[in-house]
Amino acid sequence: MEKNSSLAKKADEFLQIFKKGEEFTKDLIKENEKLRFRLAQLEEALQKSGNEERIRLYEDRLRMLDEELKSLLERYRKVEEENKDFASKYVEIETENNNLANLYVASYQLHSTLDFNDVLRIVLEIVINLIGAEKFAVMLMDEKTNELIPVATEGLSLDEIPKVKIGEGTIGKVAKEAESYFSETTAYASETDATNPIVCIPLKIKEHVIGVISIYSLFVQKTEFSNVDYELFNLLAGHAATAIFSSKLYTQSERKLTTIQSFLDLLKDRTGK
Amino acid sequence: MPNILIVEDSPTMRQLISFTVKRIPESRVIEATDGVDAFKKLSSEKIDIILADINMPVMDGLKLVSLVRGNVHYKNIPIIMITTEGAEEDKKKALAIGANAYLTKPIMSQELLKLVNSLLSSIKSDT
Repeated sequence: MEKNSSLAKKADEFLQIFKKGEEFTKDLIKENEKLRFRLAQLEEALQKSGNEERIRLYEDRLRMLDEELKSLLERYRKVEEENKDFASKYVEIETENNNLANLYVASYQLHSTLDFNDVLRIVLEIVINLIGAEKFAVMLMDEKTNELIPVATEGLSLDEIPKVKIGEGTIGKVAKEAESYFSETTAYASETDATNPIVCIPLKIKEHVIGVISIYSLFVQKTEFSNVDYELFNLLAGHAATAIFSSKLYTQSERKLTTIQSFLDLLKDRTGK
Repeated sequence: MPNILIVEDSPTMRQLISFTVKRIPESRVIEATDGVDAFKKLSSEKIDIILADINMPVMDGLKLVSLVRGNVHYKNIPIIMITTEGAEEDKKKALAIGANAYLTKPIMSQELLKLVNSLLSSIKSDT
C-alpha cells in the first residue's frame, strides 16, 4: 500500500515536472517566436535603412550631376557666345580685307603709269568696277577759263556733259568748296540730268582742286554706298588727282622735250652746214 | 594646286580678282585680257576654273562660255561670270549657255572665294 502511494507520488511529481517542462517549452517557443519577429523587424529596418542610404547617395550624385550639367551648359553658352563673337569678327576682318584689297588695287593702279590717258582709263575702271557707277564723268579744271571741262565719261558721251563754271550749280560748288557732295538718293534713274549728279567728288591736291568726278547713276545691282565706297571716294579725291596732275605734267614735259630736242637737232643741222 | 584663269580686259579688275583668289592655298593665277587670249591660255595650261568678264573686246565672255562648253577638252571646266550687267535676263542668258555662276560688280571677295572654293571642291568630288 505504502509502495503504491510512493509510486503515485512519484508519478505526480513526474507529471508536475512534465507540466513544468511543457510550460517551459511553451515559453521557449513563445520567446523564440518573439525573437524571430524581432529579428524580422530588425532585418526589415536594416534593409530600409540601406535603401535610404542608397537613395541619399543617388540624390547626392544627381545633385552633383545636375550642377555639372548646369556648369557645362553655362560653359557651352559662353563658348557659343565666343563663337558668335569670333564669327562676327571674322566677317568684319573679311570685309576690312576686302576694303583694303580694293584700296590697294585702286592706289596701285593709279600710280602704275605716267600716261595721262592711261590714268584717266584707270580712274574710269575704278569708278565702274570698284564703286559700281554706270554713268559718270571726269571733269578737269581749265585754269584759263575757270571752267570744269569733261575729259572722260562712261555711259554718256562727252557732248552730253556741259562745261561748268566754278561755283555754279552742284558741280561748280564742289569744285569751289573742295567738299564732296552726296545726294540723299542713290536710286537707279534711267534719265540723266548732267547738272545734278548723285555724287560729286573734288579731285584735289592738298586744297587745290584740279577737277571733279560726277556720278549720275549706279548699276541696277548697286542700291547704296558702303563704307569702302566712301574710302574709295577719299582715295580718288587725293590719289586720282595726284596721278592725273603728274601724268599731265609728264606728258607736257615729254612733249616739250621732244620739241626742244627737234629744235636742237635743227640747230645742229644748221650749224653743221 | 588649282590653276585659275582670269579673263578680264580691265587691269584693275584682273589685279583685284587675282588678289582675292590667290588666298586659296597653292592656287596659281593665269590672266587673259579677252576670250581669244583665254583660249590660247586654255590650250597651253591645265585650267581648273575660269573667272570671266562679259564685256570684253575681241571676244566677249558669253562667246567664250559657248566655245568652252562646245570643246570636248574644256567642256567640264567651271566658269564664273563676273560682270557689271546686273539685269536678271543677262544672268539667265549666261547660265543658260553654260556658266556655272554669275557675280555682279562690284564684287565682294568673300562671295567670290566661297563660290570658287565650292566649284573647285565639286570638281574634286566628281573625280
